[in-house]
Amino acid sequence: MDIKHVKDYIYWLYYQYLLITCSYVLEPWERSMFHTITVTVFAMVVYTAYVFVPIHIRLAFEFFSQLFEGQPESTVS
Amino acid sequence: PCSEPANPCCSISYAYLVLDEAEGRFFSFWLVNHIVHNGGLYKRPFNEAFEETPMLVAVLTYVGYGVLTLFGYLRDFMRQWKIEKCQNATEREEQKDFVPLYQDFENFYTRNLYMRIRDSWNRPICSVPGAKVDMMERVSHDYNWTFTYTGRVIKDIINMGSYNYLGFAQKAGTCQEAAAKVLSQYGAGVCSTRQEMGNLDKHEELEKLVARFLGVESAMAYGMGFATNSMNIPALVGKGCLILSDELNHASLVLGARLSGATIRIFKHNNMQSLEKLLKDAIVHGQPRTRRPWKKILILVEGIYSMEGSIVRLPEVIALKKKYKSYLYLDEAHSIGALGPSGRGVVDYFGLNPEDVDIMMGTFTKSFGAAGGYIGGKKELIDYLRTYSHSAVYATSMSPPVVEQIITSVKCIMGEDGTTVGKARVQQLAENTRYFRRRLKEMGFIIYGNEDSPVVPLMLYMPAKIGAFGREMLKRNIGVVVVGFPATPIIESRARFCLSAAHTKEMLDRALKEIDEVGDLLQLKYSRHRLVPLLDRPFDETTYEETED
Repeated sequence: MDIKHVKDYIYWLYYQYLLITCSYVLEPWERSMFHTITVTVFAMVVYTAYVFVPIHIRLAFEFFSQLFEGQPESTVS
Repeated sequence: PCSEPANPCCSISYAYLVLDEAEGRFFSFWLVNHIVHNGGLYKRPFNEAFEETPMLVAVLTYVGYGVLTLFGYLRDFMRQWKIEKCQNATEREEQKDFVPLYQDFENFYTRNLYMRIRDSWNRPICSVPGAKVDMMERVSHDYNWTFTYTGRVIKDIINMGSYNYLGFAQKAGTCQEAAAKVLSQYGAGVCSTRQEMGNLDKHEELEKLVARFLGVESAMAYGMGFATNSMNIPALVGKGCLILSDELNHASLVLGARLSGATIRIFKHNNMQSLEKLLKDAIVHGQPRTRRPWKKILILVEGIYSMEGSIVRLPEVIALKKKYKSYLYLDEAHSIGALGPSGRGVVDYFGLNPEDVDIMMGTFTKSFGAAGGYIGGKKELIDYLRTYSHSAVYATSMSPPVVEQIITSVKCIMGEDGTTVGKARVQQLAENTRYFRRRLKEMGFIIYGNEDSPVVPLMLYMPAKIGAFGREMLKRNIGVVVVGFPATPIIESRARFCLSAAHTKEMLDRALKEIDEVGDLLQLKYSRHRLVPLLDRPFDETTYEETED
């Protein structure tokens, strides 16, 4: 019974995606084309985030900590 | 109504404290009510609300239209390069080099969106459009370019789309018997215009009755409601006159105004500051080049605006009209029979004097279950229109059974047939309206318009939901009318329910249950219970600047 609920819910989410992006009104071949493009773009975004975001965060963290380290005790305390 | 309308737009605001379920906190909002103040222009509270479009919904709607536009370009490209067969109208091969007959780009929206969801419109019905209706089932095998009938008839669909406000669309009853008797006496056709040989005694009887019903001196009836507006406004105003027309006026009023040749200026929808500013400018500056005074100033408003469900602010319009000495043309197509304690329209609803409205126009199509239109007013006006109106001279007169249907239904509403059926219907419609609107608002839909208007627009916004809503409701045996661009602004597509006195509470409950279900399925419950206060405020200097933008 739970599997059925989960499947219905996932199908409902898919239906919402179809309605919001207007692929509900498209013909089947147009819908496949649209899904392909969307999934490709989404996969590229995820891949880019996975590869680049941790490196950028680490570099930013190093930059800011170096900025604060680099300041000697001459700052007014 | 006070005789000296010093401040026609005065209002009292009330602050309300409401729990916002979505965000789980209290917030306050202002509800602007025109209640007994400043001489009592309004005898009853005027509750109108147009909730703002949520930002996320607007963005997603534009995204949806963007996707459709891209696919539209793709399909047009394929049609032009003959990769796909073009199924809409094109010229023949020999005429390809001539001036184009079919403006290709203007029909872009029709070809690429309307065609895809076209099965929600033009549905063929095969019974009387009462509270329940039968519909012929049809399928399309080429994505709505052509339809075929399966042969099955879908029976007893709850009809939430017909303009059957008082339930007179019936195939049995006193109206139908009277009309059948007149049909056997006079026949169906008149074969002439009013001015030639088409003036029956039935028409004279109808006009006297309509004049008595409205409380005016005299009235004239025409065969078609649209033609009443478009053919009579040119007879009343001409070049050198000024027409002040509401932003959301019906196409018949716009066409009549354009045909007349007068100068047209538009004021914001139901906004009395905008109207007053235009009136002041017109009187102060006169005609554009010559600065001569305008020959006539005519204000065109409607009783109920059918796309918004809003009611005109008639007491203020009449106060302004008297102050600036202009004329008022009131189109009561949807409000006659549907508003007011005795069903006499928006004048009755506000408790005003019918003689204050110079030209009262209405149609018999909506509340009386017939066809045609009328104009009521002073005797001199109607006598003039009998001679100079295009409709009177050129249009065929009304068919006698239709006239009899109107006569019987008007007598029923007035109570002159000896029963209280008419009064019961008017009260039932008012109850249905209040109940239906309250329940929909409680469910969380965004509903536009006035609390008392039997036209209920429910906002859909996204283009795919227009088609989905129509289809899902038909699957559950409820017939609704969905509206999109160009009848509404592009992101504000809606489903429009028209309530009827013929709907029983069980039918309404069933319809509400199905709307609730479909609303959850399609995620249509956008309301965040935040009402935008109406744009009018006590009149002061700063309101001019704000109506400029």
